[in-house]
Amino acid sequence: MILARFLAALGRPVLAALAAVGRVAFFAAQTLRHLVTPPFYLREFGASLLQIGWFSLPVVGMTALFTGGALALQIFSGGSRFNAEAVVPQIVAIGMARELGPVLGGLMVAARVASSIAAEIGTMKVTEQVDALVTLSTHPMKYLTVPRVLAATLAVPVLVGVGDSIGIAGGWLVGISRLHFNSATYLKNTTDFLEFWDVGSGLVKGAVFGFIVALMGCYFGMNSGRGAQGVGAATKSAVVAASVLILAANYVLTGLFFTS
Amino acid sequence: MITLTDVHKAFGPNGVLQGVNLTIPKGQSMVIIGGSGTGKSVLLKCILGLVTPDQGTIALEGTDVTKTERDTFLARFGMLFQGGALFDSMRVWENVAFRLLHGAKALPKPQARDIAIEKLRRVGLTPDKADLFPAELSGGMQKRVGLARAIAAEPEIIFFDEPTTGLDPIMAGVINTLIREIVTEMGVTAMTITHDMSSVRAIADRVAMLHDGLIRWTGPVAEMDAATDPYLQQFIHGRADGPIESVR
Ligand SMILES: Nc1ncnc2c1ncn2[C@@H]1O[C@H](COP(=O)(O)OP(=O)(O)OP(=O)(O)O)[C@@H](O)[C@H]1O
Ligand SMILES: [Mg+2]
Repeated sequence: MILARFLAALGRPVLAALAAVGRVAFFAAQTLRHLVTPPFYLREFGASLLQIGWFSLPVVGMTALFTGGALALQIFSGGSRFNAEAVVPQIVAIGMARELGPVLGGLMVAARVASSIAAEIGTMKVTEQVDALVTLSTHPMKYLTVPRVLAATLAVPVLVGVGDSIGIAGGWLVGISRLHFNSATYLKNTTDFLEFWDVGSGLVKGAVFGFIVALMGCYFGMNSGRGAQGVGAATKSAVVAASVLILAANYVLTGLFFTS
Repeated sequence: MITLTDVHKAFGPNGVLQGVNLTIPKGQSMVIIGGSGTGKSVLLKCILGLVTPDQGTIALEGTDVTKTERDTFLARFGMLFQGGALFDSMRVWENVAFRLLHGAKALPKPQARDIAIEKLRRVGLTPDKADLFPAELSGGMQKRVGLARAIAAEPEIIFFDEPTTGLDPIMAGVINTLIREIVTEMGVTAMTITHDMSSVRAIADRVAMLHDGLIRWTGPVAEMDAATDPYLQQFIHGRADGPIESVR
């Protein structure tokens, strides 16, 4: 009896978690299906691109700049323990392009974009604007979800690319101003060492993270509870889920790309 | 003609609709009355498929609505939501013209805008309101924009959820006349929810009263006053004492 109750208590959250995974997967599959079937809402897509891509540039740029700088300081001080201070340019470049650019960029976009998408769609849901869309013969998935998911999937890799460059520039700035590197040598070491796939893998990660961010924002917004409290909870869940999924996906992708 | 047969809908333990049977004849104006919270809005949403009934069938001209093509079905409807449900990121005229601007038969912008302004005029709003955002309007104005949006594409069937609440008596009169005109001139089938008995008399061909999840009374508006149902009588005369409890 006690055992049965214990097992039930153990099983319930597991089942709930599995059900949630199933619902998210179903939502993702629906998004992809609507992505390839008309009608397409180009104006919504353009607006999302501006909102997600362009307006995220400052925050992603700042994040990358300070991260690149700090990374240069750390590698210099760590490397000095075994006389390897000279590897600063190479490690900054590889660290930014493969890991820190996409992951930190993705997390910043999650904070900024997943929250705003969830709050916007959640508010539309609770004020019956989503129902109104349906009565006006417009599919909410096509009109609200698809443009945002597509825009984020395309815009985040670009943000990551820009972030990589700014991060490497941050490292270079610290390198020549505080660590007494020669500017030309620093840049030569960076460009000679960096391989295409170092950057390419980061961009692919960026696309996956962008997809995750917008999908979580839309999913939690569309499933928002009633009232202001419901929208608040949806916003919080969207950011938390997007962030955790980004880190999990990053581990899986890194394993996939760099272990043979 | 819309036919509801034995429609049930519960939200958890709250059995809102408990076997609704109702027929709305084509080209007529049906008014639904009933106490606050009895499920009138839920009833409209069930017909539109925004809320899925737990049981029962809803048919439009004899075909089950769940078996018809969603897009062609919805294209025949217009709906005014109780809370307006205007898109707050769009201007007033873009709200009104939404259906005209989107979809397969999308009109060019200037033409859609002209139609929107004309519809706004019909609900008593001047053209200078067209470029404002919904949040810049008063509650009653938002309601009228919602009304203009519902009628903009000239649908065959229009649902009005409390079209005159929040309006002054003159504007309420304008809206009542408008709904009546749409039905008699354009042959629209209208279904209106209202608490205002003067609206009922101005708009209705037929009246149905929803109470306790069932249609308590339905019939032509002319027979409403003579009906003996105590629930209906209490409701139309607004009496505090009677079979309907005042605390719900
Ligand atoms: N999405 C929902 N989830 C849970 N309960 C709901 C939902 N929608 C409506 N209800 C419940 O259904 C009942 C009927 O609601 P409805 O909005 O249809 O009332 P109404 O007759 O339109 O009232 P009013 O005249 O005040 O607008 C209420 O008790 C309400 O709490
Ligand atoms: Mg209502």
